[in-house]
Amino acid sequence: MFYREAGDFKTSYRDDSQTFPIRLDRWGYYAILAVAVLVVPFVINDYWASAILLPFLIYSVAAIGLNVLTGYAGQVSLGTGGFMAVGAYAVYKLMTAFPEVNVVIHILLAGGITALVGIAFGLPSLRIKGFYLAVATLAAQFFLVWLFNKVPWFYNYSASGQITAPERTVLGWAVTGPAASPAAKYLICLAFVVFAAWMARNLTRGMIGRKWMAIRDMDIAAEIIGVNPLTAKLSAFGVSSFFVGIAGALLFAVYLGAAEVTEAFGINKSFLVLFMVIIGGLGSIFGSFAGAAFMVLLPVFLKNLLVGGFGWPTDLAAHIELMIVGALIIFFLIVEPHGLARLWRLVKEKLRLWPFPH
Amino acid sequence: MKLKIAGLAAAAVMAAAPAMADLIVPNLSYRTGPYGANGTQYADGFNDYFTLLNERDGGIGGEMIKVPECETAYNTEKGVECYEATKEGALIFNPLSTGITYQLIPKVAVDKKVLYTPGYGRTSAKDGSVFEWVFNAPANYWDGASIAIKYLLDENGGDLNGKKIALVYHNSAYGKEPIRTLQELSKKHGFTLSEVPVEAPGQEQKSQWLQIRRDKPDYVLMWGWGVMNQVAIQEAANIRFPMENFIGIWWAGSELDVMPAGDGANGYKALTFNGVGTDYPLYDELQSYVIEPGKASQGGEHVGSAVYSRGMYAAVVIAEAIRKAQEIAGTSAITPEQLRDGFEQLDMTAEHLAELGLPDFGPAFALSCSNHGGNGMARVQQWDAAAKQWNLITEFMEPDAEVLDPLIAEDSAAYAAEAGIERRSCD
Repeated sequence: MFYREAGDFKTSYRDDSQTFPIRLDRWGYYAILAVAVLVVPFVINDYWASAILLPFLIYSVAAIGLNVLTGYAGQVSLGTGGFMAVGAYAVYKLMTAFPEVNVVIHILLAGGITALVGIAFGLPSLRIKGFYLAVATLAAQFFLVWLFNKVPWFYNYSASGQITAPERTVLGWAVTGPAASPAAKYLICLAFVVFAAWMARNLTRGMIGRKWMAIRDMDIAAEIIGVNPLTAKLSAFGVSSFFVGIAGALLFAVYLGAAEVTEAFGINKSFLVLFMVIIGGLGSIFGSFAGAAFMVLLPVFLKNLLVGGFGWPTDLAAHIELMIVGALIIFFLIVEPHGLARLWRLVKEKLRLWPFPH
Repeated sequence: MKLKIAGLAAAAVMAAAPAMADLIVPNLSYRTGPYGANGTQYADGFNDYFTLLNERDGGIGGEMIKVPECETAYNTEKGVECYEATKEGALIFNPLSTGITYQLIPKVAVDKKVLYTPGYGRTSAKDGSVFEWVFNAPANYWDGASIAIKYLLDENGGDLNGKKIALVYHNSAYGKEPIRTLQELSKKHGFTLSEVPVEAPGQEQKSQWLQIRRDKPDYVLMWGWGVMNQVAIQEAANIRFPMENFIGIWWAGSELDVMPAGDGANGYKALTFNGVGTDYPLYDELQSYVIEPGKASQGGEHVGSAVYSRGMYAAVVIAEAIRKAQEIAGTSAITPEQLRDGFEQLDMTAEHLAELGLPDFGPAFALSCSNHGGNGMARVQQWDAAAKQWNLITEFMEPDAEVLDPLIAEDSAAYAAEAGIERRSCD
């Protein structure tokens, strides 16, 4: 009833293998995109931008990045926070060294630099996997944070070790710095999210993505049928770090405006993004969005409900909030270990047959 | 339909609470997270003083003060969220976190809100011609560093030549702040400075103290916060470092820091810019108007502790600035712009503090358009483990302006250039 497929015929392979094969889904996607681009920028205010939408969009990019690596290629990584820091410091150095270059180029370059760093730290993945690789990437996390805290060149020798994003414009609109309007900050993040999701989706259903999944499912079998593990694993590390680096650059330059590496890109970030991927659904682009929404929006929602709505003391609310989010994580993973994306897929399948299931 | 209503309800809840009338002074506190124990006490003191004003005087100038609280957990992202959630109608912010302060400095300049960071935040915000909206009186970290060295000079008959001083610091923006100043001071006074970073939150510092035991510095200075202080004092006691040669910044001088080490902490010193204990007339009023009627924040369990008193002192300064602003503006419902003017003409004399029921509680200071940090005075307190109390052992001391002023001018000029700020004229 909700999903009408009657009359939705596919007459070519191209139609059959598109991202949204059901017409209703496709419309829904276009509608969401239209609202996001044409409506939200006009109604957005500081609070919605800074507290809700920017973190959601930026963590979605980070989750897509980690999902490429962990969900599609099966390489467990705990280095996300460190790679985000690489993106943030790269964009900071580029912004201060080349102020005349457009910040969009800097953000993409920061992604590129992070990709190179990611590939370097991905090299051990050729010999080790699973938990051992997780520990190797954990080393990357600690090393990178230590490096950015230790070497003053990275923070331009500022007295406190903080980095601050100067104002930069895109098409005449400030997107970084304190004077940037919420709509401009939102739109630049939205553009990168759409770009990241579109690119990741198309990479993962093409040849490269199939190689990643073959390595994930059984690396020896994949090697026997001709997948080169070296290129497959390193390309997964590269693409993943590219997105993670962009997320880090956006987090620092557009969202926070100032950052301190130990606080903003600590080990907690790695865990946060990993939870997003696990809860949202490994190996799913939609899951990255769902996971980011769950981990970013739920605490804000609960805080506003408990403190703003019920007038509870802030510390009690903060503790209850942690417990509720934790309990929900456990609940979801028991009910559906494949995450919110799988849950959504099941709902869709049921709705396609509703009200006459087999 | 149901879905739509639920959606609207969710959207309504996600949006921040609506602005209220009255004077709004949000309390960006942290009662959870790694520094929650200290943050709780500060937030209580901050809340209680405004409760006292509301209960006793009906607010300030007839306007009630609202102190909406928002939990940051000392996390910069949550701090930004709290700032955005509470900024509507708010006059002033006091986030008690150097990291969050750095996030907010550019934002408050655009939103035109006052940012008050007593004893923390960006030191060069003292330069009011660049940092129009930020105030960090009565003292900042560089003042603290200078006063600690000055105290040591006094102890050593004015000569620190050849002495070894170690700085144990929280490896973050906060902990790194005094390094520049101490380096300059070491050049001037001829002591050698060794820098010993401790990674946040600071539970793990065995190797640092082994290094200190090997190097045998004459004095140890500490820039720590939260659990780092407790561990450092315990470790110092373990290596039998003479406690009277160990001096913490004011954030390393609370009861929470010294109690875990028991008798081992006896003689430990720390800087402070506010009084200690409850022997001030104001505490009697607090008792009768706030604590006894059961209106104290968290039931008043921390009243009189060092960090509680500091939170209360921050509220005192803010309240006096509001009073001044009302006086200048001729209206009781002031705007943040008027509050800024109130701060810039604030004159906290010793007599005025005594009138408030806090004689000799804080340093006398006066602010101006160019000076947002006062004269930076602080004093030294020492822990008496047997009596379980802090004793003030010096009078208020002035920092070495000769060293600090050029550093502040240099750093604020660098910020102005980086952020593209036009220096405002202060004549």
